[in-house]
Amino acid sequence: MTVNELALACGFEAVYLPDGEREVGGAYAGDLLSWVMGRASADDVFITIMTNINVVAVASLADVACVVFAEDVTVPQDVLDAAGRKEINLLKSHVPMFETCVAVGRCLK
Amino acid sequence: MSEALHFHFNVDGENFTSAGEASVQVKKKLRQLGMPPETIRCVSIAMYEGEINMVIHAGGGNADVYVNEDEIVIVLEDHGPGIPNVELAMQEGYSTAPETIRSLGFGAGMGLPNMKRYTDDMKIDTVIGTGTTITMKVYVK
Ligand SMILES: Nc1ncnc2c1ncn2[C@@H]1O[C@H](COP(=O)(O)OP(=O)(O)OP(=O)(O)O)[C@@H](O)[C@H]1O
Ligand SMILES: [Mg+2]
Repeated sequence: MTVNELALACGFEAVYLPDGEREVGGAYAGDLLSWVMGRASADDVFITIMTNINVVAVASLADVACVVFAEDVTVPQDVLDAAGRKEINLLKSHVPMFETCVAVGRCLK
Repeated sequence: MSEALHFHFNVDGENFTSAGEASVQVKKKLRQLGMPPETIRCVSIAMYEGEINMVIHAGGGNADVYVNEDEIVIVLEDHGPGIPNVELAMQEGYSTAPETIRSLGFGAGMGLPNMKRYTDDMKIDTVIGTGTTITMKVYVK
């Protein structure tokens, strides 16, 4: 499944999608970034409600397929700018964290 | 490539938003050199954790990366307070980070354990009141 297909299937909004055709491998949800770096795998969907610039750095360094911001959070401009520089796929979910995870889980199985 | 390639970075202890830039640069360079993706990922994560630690806990420092054919060596040196109990600091969940840092997504006490997990060798030299030097090696597989 690609990031584009995931967005469509789960009803996620595309915030920034420089590489929508990237394949998704699995998923990891969390807000504490060292947990994410320790546990997420490359090509994962990274689900979080954290919207600061460090999220983009972690997404890039951990090499995840995309970030999904849950809870309809507003994505600040500096995060968008950083995602642009690093070519990170950003999606947004209009439902809370748990429901977002359930939706992704259904798609991936 | 018989001679090691050397990259040097000054890690600014004041600027939190640019923290991680050295790791991002290294990731780019390793990509250009055609290193295996998994090797790049290990180096990027380990270095980022170390870089953030220097910013949060030590007021910045220096990062040096040496790229050899068979291994990548990362040396992070700071003149911060030092680590009083390394064994404790290495435990998952141990953190002295203040609440303001937690609100940025750091302070889970997982950084040093991650650095160990993602590298093939890690050495911590620390002197209270003088600073800390962490040397990490990742073998190119
Ligand atoms: N360079 C350093 N200088 C001084 N103390 C350090 C340094 N690096 C780590 N420490 C100490 O070791 C503790 C554990 O570090 P570790 O990176 O594992 O967790 P953290 O930085 O607190 O949180 P996280 O990495 O999960 O965001 C820190 O809270 C700090 O007390
Ligand atoms: Mg840390």
